[in-house]
Formats: sequence, structure tokens, C-alpha cells
Amino acid sequence: MILSVENVSLAFGGVKALREVSFDVKEHEIRAIIGPNGAGKSSMLNVLNGVYHPQQGTIRFQQKTFKDMDPHEAAALGIARTFQNIALFKGMTVLDNIMTGRNLKMHCGFLHQALWAGPARREELKHRRTVEEIIDFLEIQHIRRTPVGRLPYGLQKRVELARALAAEPKVLLLDEPMAGMNLEEKQDMCRFVLDVNDQFGTTIVLIEHDMGVVMDISDRVVVLDYGKKIADGTPDEVRNDQKVIDAYLGVTH
Amino acid sequence: MALETLDTFPKLLVHHALVRGDRPAIREKDLGIWQTWTWHEFAEEVRALAYGLAEQGLKRGDHMALVGANRPRLYAGIAAAQCLGAIPVPLYQDAVAAEMAFPIRNAEVAHALAEDQEQVDKLLEILPGCPTLKHIYYDDPRGLRNYNQAQLMSYERLRDIGRERHRRDPGFVREEVAKGSEHDTAALFFTSGTTGVPKGVVLTYRNLIERSKVVADWEGITDRDVVLAFMPPAWIGQNIFSYAQPLVAGYCICCPESAETVANDMREIGPTYYFAPPAVFEALLTQVSVRMDDASAPKRALYRYFMDLARRVGERIMEGKPVSLGQRLRYWLGNLLVYGPLRNVLGMSRVRIAYTGGEAIGPDLFVFYRSIGVNLKQLYGSTETSVFVCIQPNDKVKPDTVGPAVAGVELKFTPERELLIRSPGLFKEYYKNVEATLQAKDRDGWFHTGDAGYIDADGHLKIIDRAKDVGKLADGTLFAPKYLENKLKFFPYIKEAVCFGHRREKVCAFVNIEMQAMGNWAEKRNIPYSGYTDLAARDEVYELVRECVERVNADLAQEAEIANSQIHRFLILHKELDADDEELTRTRKVRRGFIAEKYAPLVGALYDGSDTVHVEAQVRYEDGRTGTYSADLKIRDAKTFPPAAAKQAA
Repeated sequence: MILSVENVSLAFGGVKALREVSFDVKEHEIRAIIGPNGAGKSSMLNVLNGVYHPQQGTIRFQQKTFKDMDPHEAAALGIARTFQNIALFKGMTVLDNIMTGRNLKMHCGFLHQALWAGPARREELKHRRTVEEIIDFLEIQHIRRTPVGRLPYGLQKRVELARALAAEPKVLLLDEPMAGMNLEEKQDMCRFVLDVNDQFGTTIVLIEHDMGVVMDISDRVVVLDYGKKIADGTPDEVRNDQKVIDAYLGVTH
Repeated sequence: MALETLDTFPKLLVHHALVRGDRPAIREKDLGIWQTWTWHEFAEEVRALAYGLAEQGLKRGDHMALVGANRPRLYAGIAAAQCLGAIPVPLYQDAVAAEMAFPIRNAEVAHALAEDQEQVDKLLEILPGCPTLKHIYYDDPRGLRNYNQAQLMSYERLRDIGRERHRRDPGFVREEVAKGSEHDTAALFFTSGTTGVPKGVVLTYRNLIERSKVVADWEGITDRDVVLAFMPPAWIGQNIFSYAQPLVAGYCICCPESAETVANDMREIGPTYYFAPPAVFEALLTQVSVRMDDASAPKRALYRYFMDLARRVGERIMEGKPVSLGQRLRYWLGNLLVYGPLRNVLGMSRVRIAYTGGEAIGPDLFVFYRSIGVNLKQLYGSTETSVFVCIQPNDKVKPDTVGPAVAGVELKFTPERELLIRSPGLFKEYYKNVEATLQAKDRDGWFHTGDAGYIDADGHLKIIDRAKDVGKLADGTLFAPKYLENKLKFFPYIKEAVCFGHRREKVCAFVNIEMQAMGNWAEKRNIPYSGYTDLAARDEVYELVRECVERVNADLAQEAEIANSQIHRFLILHKELDADDEELTRTRKVRRGFIAEKYAPLVGALYDGSDTVHVEAQVRYEDGRTGTYSADLKIRDAKTFPPAAAKQAA
């Protein structure tokens, strides 16, 4: 187990976003969290990388137990993420945006960097190489110098994935990576997610709305509904679970 | 090694590694940086690879397939096979799996070098039908980690095996290289096959080396020249400039980072020697036109003024003909403000010699490049002739001819106007196809090109069309469909056209609109559309295309011989013609006969006077699904002009 959450509950005032949710993520797997609107998927992701602090429960990451995470700490430990509403610097080029993903790995002092002195320069070259490998991997060489704001949505999503990968994470959290994409873009994205998992061995936790896509690429799926875990298992098990069917299709009372 | 024995490519490679070992042989943009392999490094790579292939069982006379884009390793693979006396068979990387099966079976290919997972997948798909294929080497391992087919081996592994064998058995490859002679087969190129099954063209070392050398000497090509390789390496038109001629002249070739970055890479590298088919020049000009349409009014005015000037005097200045001082000064100013920056954007600032060929080029398109100072010249040739047959000389370029014969080439014509060629570059035979060889090459060694044309008063060759396509209208006048199609295609809004008229009383046409230019045009006029099919059916679009057709008609009316070929009726096709649907060849030539057959009801409707025609078509989406499309296509009449009235109308 690389990551596990135990009995996590999160409430905003009277609204209970998560109620005693527990699940685990194995090393090198693709783990999906699905559920209807308002099920608590994004809240769960925000707990995992420390944006929200749960009132109850613990998070275990690589044999260490945390009551809650802090975003900076989570990033330093090797948890990277993408956002549902793309959070890139629109006016900056693709290359610069991805370079910001290396931020935590840059160690040169301010003075060195300001003067572009020897160590800062060597460091930048090293990081640029890693970034170029990611650019090559995600096939975005042709937009290297294009400001992100000018790119179509599907490509922006890919750039965001690139930036998250630039941090060389152990665990990658993807918040609806295929939302708003057409079929072809979705297929491309699926391929990249699978390739990342295969090539870099990155563990992936992804939230998705679209059941079809998730079932095809995930190893195991957690289903949330109204903040509670209602199912957990392989895609096939989940697909045939009556509670899941009810949650998605609704039941007559 | 003495120069006179440099009669094969491997020998030439050894020679370059000795005399210019530290000069760049091949560059590739990788991870954002141009990486250089010197001749010395390239030769070492090739040697290691040759040992590896030998260890894997590749022998003299065997065929080896290579599938991929322009990559140093692909070219190293070609050279390595040749070192052993084996014959490389480059295949088109965008071909679908089924199209690869024929060449592999035909040439009994046992070894294949594939660029990446995509190509490996295709080879594995056809494996059951190609029992000879035993070894597949791949360059880029991405996505192949979980493939465990026994046939697969990575490029690195192959090279390591080779290095190991080299230590045990030094001298083996050197001896194999020395065994090669100029009469050996250098490579097997499969022609794209406008009709019927593809044919493997057997070219010897002498064919390719002699032709490359004659042209390099004539044009003054040296080891300081630079070429960007961006067309499929399986096409002789790419291969001769990125493999054969660099090995003869010692110049450097550059491989772009990816197909999408070619324009940018070209700006960075600044090639001095350039070859591209007309379609590429056309696409570049379309981009320029579209961007100029979006520019501010003063910029547009400046562009119009100087392009007008360039059309009048640009070519004359380049060819050193007399031009008044005032015009020279203005052209100089234009060069500063418009032509220079434009050449820079196109990546052609350093181009000394640019060729186009493979298809006829529209005269206006051709003159555009020459007028802004790019020395663009037409070249005539084919796979069977090792490319170089005719080239326009620097100081005497006539837009409607392809220039005089290159040294060593003899030309003559049959009574039906078909062009026959005899040249040292003429192919040996079609592989395992005696019948086709006899048909194409007669006993006296004349190659029947299938092209119709004549030699003009200056000794320049003029090609009108394919001999079999040149037809006659019902009234007996000349009908040259390609000539008409090219005229239509010069408009930025028209991407492809197919004209019909042989043995008919009038000419009618299918049109494909150019999505980029037409889409831009529609957006500016607030015309909504959902995609190609929708846009193509809009009345406004029909109106615009009708204007284009009528301007072609006005033009044709002025040329007495073909005035009767004016286009009377046309329709805009509901889909883009596509090589995947076999409507175009892989080099994007329209397959007129196939199209006429496939769309027979549409052709019928053009001639029976109806205003619309119903189509129901299977559409294949990019993800492999198929759907059905059904709609009524409109047919429009275009105005035609009596030859005498042409002046007033235009």
C-alpha cells in the first residue's frame, strides 16, 4: 500500500462532504474514484493533497500516518495533482508552465538565480532536460513556445498533466482529466494516463464522471455517494453492484 | 580508398568518415535540441548495426523493410543493410497495415526496422500473412514494454549484439563492404501505384550514385549544403535528397522533431537545398494568404503593393535580366520590408536551390516563390529514372516547362505524344514482375513514362498530363483534366478538384474545399458550420466556388486549344478525398478513374441536368468506427465564355 485513508470524515458546517470513508491505493495501480455529482469525489482528492483538513480519520502515505496533509508537504512527499478547471498560467508558454512543476526541486539561492550564475544555470539545464523528456512523452513539442491561453482545451489539459509529471510524483491525482473532451481527445488522454502509469510506474488516483472511460483503464474503483463509500472493487465488480446502479440511475422509493 | 572505387553507398560512407569525419552528417532535433552525428559517428553506428544484423542472419541479397519517419536511426538501418549487401525496402510510414503486406510478401522480407509502437503494431497485425517476416527491430521503445513476441528486439539491443560481434570478428563488415559493386541492387522502392498493385522498382548503386553526382556537380552542391528531410523516406523524392545525394556530395541532412514542428524546425535550420512537392508549397502559400487576410490594413496594403511589384520584376532581377533602376530600388526596399521577412517566416532565407516535382505546379504558385527571391525550379523524374531527368537551369526558368534534359539523358516521343527516356539512372527492373518490366522498358532501353508532352522551341520539356488521361471531348478537342484541376486548385479555397470530360460534350467537376481557408472565410462572415460536410453544403460556399470556376473558365477561353474545356457544372463533395479511402495515392494524386467509379451516380447527375443528387456514404471515422451519411448534394452551373468574348468578361 502506498496510500490509504481510514475513516475520513469532512464537514463544512452542517454539510457532511465525506462520512467515514476508508480505502487504499496499491503501488503502481490506477485507482479511480467515481460517483454522481456532489458525491464527495473532489473533496476526497482535496483531503489527499492537503487542501482540506478532515475533522476525523487518518491518511497513511508510505508507512507514515498523518492526521491531515498540507499542500506543500504533500507535494514534497511526492503527491502531484491536476485540477478540474485547468489551473495554468495562461500568459506563460507551455515550457515555462511545465518548468514551474520543477519548482520544489530547485535548490539554488535567490542571488544565484537572479545573476544566472553557474550553479543556477547548471540546475536549470538539468531541469530543462527532464521537462523536455516530458514534452516528448506527451507529444507537445509543437506548442513548446505557445502561450497556454491560446491553446485548445484538450491540449491545455495535456499541459497540466505535463506540469504535474514534472514534479516526478510517486502518486498522481487527476481531477476529471477527461471532462469536457470529445471522444478523440478522451482516447488520447486515456493513452497518456496508461503510458505514464506503465513507463514511469506512477501510481494514479483519478476522479471521473464518465463511467465508460474509467472502467476501461482503472485497476480498482471506489464509488462514493452522498459522501459515503458504497462500493469498492474491480471495474467488473463495481459495474454489477446493485448499490452503484441505484446511485447512478436512481431508485423509486 | 581511391575515388573511382566509391561505387556503393557503404564505400562512400567509409570515405566521408575518413575525409570529413568531424563534419555533420545528420542532425535530429531531440528533446528540444539539435543533436548532431558526425560522419565518423554515423559510420560507427552503421557498422555496429551491420554487425548486429549479420548476427541476426541478414545476408547478401536479402531484403530488409524500414518503416518510419526521417530519423537518423532509420537511415543508419538503410546503410547497415547495404553494408552486408542486403537490400533496404523503405515503406511508407502512413500506410495502413494491409498496404504493407504486399511489399513484405513480394520481397520476402525477413527483417524489418520499425520506428515505434504504431509501426510495430502494423507489422504484428500482418504477421500471420507474412510468414517470411522473422525479426522486427524497433527504435522507440515507448509503449512496447509488455510486448513479448519472439520477433521483437530493440534497436539498442541489436546494436549491442553488433558491438559484441565486432569485438569477436573485426574486419567482417569491412570485407562485406568491399564485396559490393556498382551493379548490385541498392534499394527497392515500391511505387505508390496510381493503378493496380504496387511495383517494386529495383535501383542499382550506379543508377542512384551516377544521377546524384551529375546533378550535384551541375548545381554546385557541396558538403556545406543543408537539407531538411520531412517527406516520407520511402518516397524516392525524399530518399534521393536525404540519403543518396548526401552520400555523394557529403552534405548534412536534418530530421525534424515531429511532423507538427516542421515549419519551426525549418526556420531554425535554414536549409540551403530544398525539395518539396507542389502541395507543400501550396499549403505554405495558403497559410501566408490566410494570415495576410487577418493582418491590419496598412500591412495588407504594403503586402499588396510589394507583391505586385515582385510579380512584375522579381523574377527578372533574380535571372539577371535588365530592370530599370527605379524598379530595382523599389524591389530592394520590398526585400527589406516584405520579401526578406516572408522568406524568413517560410524558413527559406538561406535556400540556394529549391526544387519541386512529382506533380505539375500551378504557374501562379510557382511564380510567387520565384518573385520573392526563392530560386524555385521544376524538376522532372520518377522512381524508375532515379529522379533526375529534366531540371530548369538557374538563368532560364519557364513556369510552364520542366526544363531541358540533365546531362546523360535522352528523350523522345511516341506518335501518341508519350515521353520515352533513356538514362544511366534507369531502373533495372520491377521486382519479380517481368511483364510490367517489359511493358515499361523496351528492348532498346527506352522507358515509357506514361506522360504526354513535347519539347518546346528552347529545348525545354513540357508535360501536359498523363498520356492515358489526356482525352478528347466529344467534339474532338483536347481534354487535359489535370491541367484544369491545377488551375482550380490554385485558389486558396479549393483543395482538390476532379474534372470529367473524356468523350463527353462538356467538362464537369467535383470540388473539395480547403478547410482552413474556407473556415476562416466563413467565420469572418458569421456563417456557422459544424464541420467539413456542413460547410461544404452551404450556399455561400457554393457561390464562392462558382466565382473561382468562372475565373478559370475566363482564363481557359483565352487559350484557343483548350477553350472548349471550360467547366460547365460542378458540385462540392460531402467528404474530403482521402488516401485511406483509396481516392488519393499516398503522394496525394487524385485517382480519377477510381473516383469516377465510386461516385458514378454523382457524375451521372452532373451530366443529366439535375439540380441535386442524393448520396449515401459509409464514413470511416478516425477511431475506426463507421457511420452512414446521407444528404442531397447541390449541383451548380458555372458561366462559360465564348473564346472571343473572353477579354471583356475577365
